[in-house]
Amino acid sequence: MINRVVKNVEEAVVGITDGMTIMLGGFGLCGIPENCIAELVKMKVKNLTCISNNAGVDDFGLGLLLQTKQIKKMISSYVGENDEFERQMLSGELEVELVPQGTLATRCMAAGYGMPVIFTPAGVGTEVAIGKETRKFKYNGEEKEYLMEKAFEADFAIVKAWKGDTAGNLIYKSTARNFNPVMAMAGKITIAEVEHLVPAGELDPNHIHTPGIYVHRIFQGEKYEKRIEQRTVRKK
Amino acid sequence: MLDKNGIAKRIAKEVKDGMFVNLGIGIPTLVANYIPEGINVELQSENGILGMGPFPFEGEEDADLINAGKQTVTLLPGASIFDSAMSFGMIRSQKVHLTILGAMEVSENGDIANWKIPGKMVKGMGGAMDLVASAKNIIVAMQQVNKAGQSKLLSKCDLPLTGVSCVKKIVTELGVYEILPEGGFKLLERAPGISIEQIKNATAGKLIIDGDIKEMVI
Repeated sequence: MINRVVKNVEEAVVGITDGMTIMLGGFGLCGIPENCIAELVKMKVKNLTCISNNAGVDDFGLGLLLQTKQIKKMISSYVGENDEFERQMLSGELEVELVPQGTLATRCMAAGYGMPVIFTPAGVGTEVAIGKETRKFKYNGEEKEYLMEKAFEADFAIVKAWKGDTAGNLIYKSTARNFNPVMAMAGKITIAEVEHLVPAGELDPNHIHTPGIYVHRIFQGEKYEKRIEQRTVRKK
Repeated sequence: MLDKNGIAKRIAKEVKDGMFVNLGIGIPTLVANYIPEGINVELQSENGILGMGPFPFEGEEDADLINAGKQTVTLLPGASIFDSAMSFGMIRSQKVHLTILGAMEVSENGDIANWKIPGKMVKGMGGAMDLVASAKNIIVAMQQVNKAGQSKLLSKCDLPLTGVSCVKKIVTELGVYEILPEGGFKLLERAPGISIEQIKNATAGKLIIDGDIKEMVI
């Protein structure tokens, strides 16, 4: 067994420096690496390029790094819930690349699967396609145009899992899975923060979502807030 | 004239037994409330759910279980959870049969715009571009006329496109339309109490009225 454990969040983020490209798992505020985001704020690293489906809200998630202006460029699919983000984007302070959500996920996946490019129909005929190569392929009995998109390259990927073991194996819970497994595969160095860190051998190998080979550093996170963006309920 | 729930109710009639369906944010989400009994469908949420259930009971919300609109939801028996890449894999490979989504504009050849108003609002396309590029059957739920009184059924979209020649059907507060392969909004049904004249006034693109148009039953 190769031990992937680091002592704490400070040790986990060692090596993240100004100007790096970082992937962060999560969908909205669900399944985001809360501990590492807080640590990046503390470290004051700047000019980051962040690849993440969303940009958090004003006072939580990646919104915290936007408040402190540590992000130079965001690569996301949807950024609707964040006023400071919108302000920085419209004023030109923040560079933004909007990517269709499936393309975002698959560009992560491609990186983790060792494939430099993918072809997707998403964005053909729209401004997303500007400057990109297209090709026609026949699929499911229909010939249509596909857009070539490149695998992401990220210096670090930071993911959040529910359980992990000392070998770096990860299990996610419910929809907190989202982008985490594909981003875990895509980082040059992958950091995983988990709610429960257990000794190797305790997790059933049949139930592992992300094998430890993809996870270079793992630590047990603390004080998860797990904020809910839209609390919707029905009456009993 | 239909309200939002009326539009959702009418769209629910398009949902057939055995379908996997993706519902977008807004009016499409309401469709789930009106799927007739005896029709078995599975709702897909692109953040990684098949078999999505209703909102949880008060006090049973789980921060780790949300839909694509970031609302707390539940799972039904037979549900499954997967990552974002697989989620769009099943969309791209057309395993998801029906996509229902909102729009800011639709053109008479089935182009859709719903992600950006240059200089004003840029929320992003989320999963909409992937959905419209791959789904075989796309129904748009929308208000036909904007707050300024202008039609959103156009000959050509003014806003940046989400997808090209992809919309098959549109349900608005005024009527139901089919996009013809050769172009044009073919009026299929009128909303209760709405006249052909009102529909003509609210359609900027090519409107096709063939014979007697019945009032919809909802």
